[in-house]
Amino acid sequence: MELFLHQVLAGLATGGIYACMALAVVMIYQAIDHLNFAQGEMAMFSTFIAWQLIQWGLPYWLAFGATIVISFAAGVAIERVVLKPLHNAPVLSHVVAFIALLAILNSGAGFIWDYTIKSFPTPFGNGPLFAEGLMSRHDGGMIAVTLLMLAFLYLFFRHTRIGLAMRAAAANPESARLAGIRVGWMTALGWGMAAAIGSVAGMLIAPVVFLEPNMMLSILLYGFAGAVVGGLTSPGGAVLGGFLVGIVENLAGTYIPVVGREMKLSIALFIIVAVLCVKPSGLFGRPIVTRV
Amino acid sequence: MLRRTIETREPPAATVAGMAAPAWRVIVFVLGIVVLATIPFVLKSFFLFQITLALIYAIAILGLNLLTGFNGQFSLGHSAFYAIGAYTAAIMMDGFDISYIWTLPAAAIVCFVFGFLFGLPALRLENIYLALATFALAIAIPQVLKSSLVEHWTGGVQGISIIKPDAPFGLPLNSDQWLYVYTVLVAMVMYVCAHNLVKSRTGRALIAIRDHPIAASAMGINVSLYKSLTFGVSALYTGVAGALGALAISFVAPDSFTFQLAVALFVGLVVGGVASISGTLFGGLFVLFVPNIAEHFSKGLAGAVYGVILLLVIYLMPTGAAGLVRLIVTRLVQQGRDSGR
Repeated sequence: MELFLHQVLAGLATGGIYACMALAVVMIYQAIDHLNFAQGEMAMFSTFIAWQLIQWGLPYWLAFGATIVISFAAGVAIERVVLKPLHNAPVLSHVVAFIALLAILNSGAGFIWDYTIKSFPTPFGNGPLFAEGLMSRHDGGMIAVTLLMLAFLYLFFRHTRIGLAMRAAAANPESARLAGIRVGWMTALGWGMAAAIGSVAGMLIAPVVFLEPNMMLSILLYGFAGAVVGGLTSPGGAVLGGFLVGIVENLAGTYIPVVGREMKLSIALFIIVAVLCVKPSGLFGRPIVTRV
Repeated sequence: MLRRTIETREPPAATVAGMAAPAWRVIVFVLGIVVLATIPFVLKSFFLFQITLALIYAIAILGLNLLTGFNGQFSLGHSAFYAIGAYTAAIMMDGFDISYIWTLPAAAIVCFVFGFLFGLPALRLENIYLALATFALAIAIPQVLKSSLVEHWTGGVQGISIIKPDAPFGLPLNSDQWLYVYTVLVAMVMYVCAHNLVKSRTGRALIAIRDHPIAASAMGINVSLYKSLTFGVSALYTGVAGALGALAISFVAPDSFTFQLAVALFVGLVVGGVASISGTLFGGLFVLFVPNIAEHFSKGLAGAVYGVILLLVIYLMPTGAAGLVRLIVTRLVQQGRDSGR
């Protein structure tokens, strides 16, 4: 039982990372209706910007705020420059554009900041949160910030005009346009917000996994998995899904004997697929109903 | 009844730059054969090897295209079927000393069964969820190949080395040239089959399912059966490509079949043209050569150059190479008509 509790807590700590990323994934899904494969690299690039700012002597929280602003602007710029010209292209072409973005950001970061592993400071300290040392203070802080972001997003989407406009633009672009919403800019805003949330996720994750251009690859995968399990239409579900993926991954690694450490990713993914077969729109997602 | 009238309607007599379109088709076809036949005697060995690989990728992309382009099922996991095909071939040749000729049918059958079985649970998933499921497959396969359970067969991380086949009947070809000829022959069979499949009654059923599953099932198409069958056939194509790839490289290892391969196949599909059979050839060439070209520009920024090229290609041809060709032909036809008046 004690082993079980230990593993669950450890899973919760890693799950916090995935939850952060899943939130960013859902955010952009709300705005553009696709999964953005470049999301992880965008977060990684933002984290490098923060690292550079801190290297230049800015205090942590100032660099933190500046990075969020820069990332927001960059996200809007990417939408305007890269994706707006593809407005009428088929969906699969968009996915290829995401792959291209991923390649550009990854290799660009490697070129500017090289591929050596860098440590990233944490504002919460590295000591244990509880006496047993299962969860570090940083893990606790990370989970707290994720929940805070979730609350902020909930308020934004439910209780502000612009949040409502964004939801309308994503759900039904034609009608939203007729109601006077500038759909194109709402999409750009969605990209900006996703980039900003991604940058927060990146800055929270970097102290744990260390900073390097390929740091986000596997985390993004887990983030996708978390978002899909929770339901892509529900930010709260995505966060919960992220935690679930972390816990399942840890438990599978511990209790399924053949699995071992190297197979636990595939086991986690298979469990997720099994969940999806039973509940195809995720645990908390709304099933999509179309009129024939 | 309606369907039959559509079928029997005569196509409008179109002309391209003054010639009838069928005549153009014959010219392009003959030219293609001539080029394919001269390539092995003109090009250097390494370049020939690359062309062979590009053709192999084209077959794999064709498999993906049958699934995604014609049946509307998204897959990020075709590297898995490629890997299964490659390992089937390698294990047969290395473990059982079976001639390489038999590896392709065996890989085809194994991959068809595997793809069909994977297609069954995938039936419940759509779009992004299906992408995630196939993606899980792509991630899992290299790990499974490495795991200690099957290490005896797969050689674990080290993989399996096999011997490149020589030309049969004492043909005056070296092994690279023979492999090229062999690949071209296999590719021709595969392309003709794909063409006929898509043009057949079954092909129309696949396209109907892609365009409107509910309408398709209302017309009496067994949507589940056709979807899983397409998964199987798609896996078959990619698996045969994998087996050919194993022969060409004469080595298989788990790390050659990662998620990156699945992404490369997907990029080839979109760049060549979704739901276009001949476009996959362009896709194969793109997948093989563009990363090399990008590296040629700048070593450090190879990925960025690749990304920029990819973006430019998507801007210039949002519907892929096939879409561009179609557009040009339509324009030329239009001009031919205008000048004919």
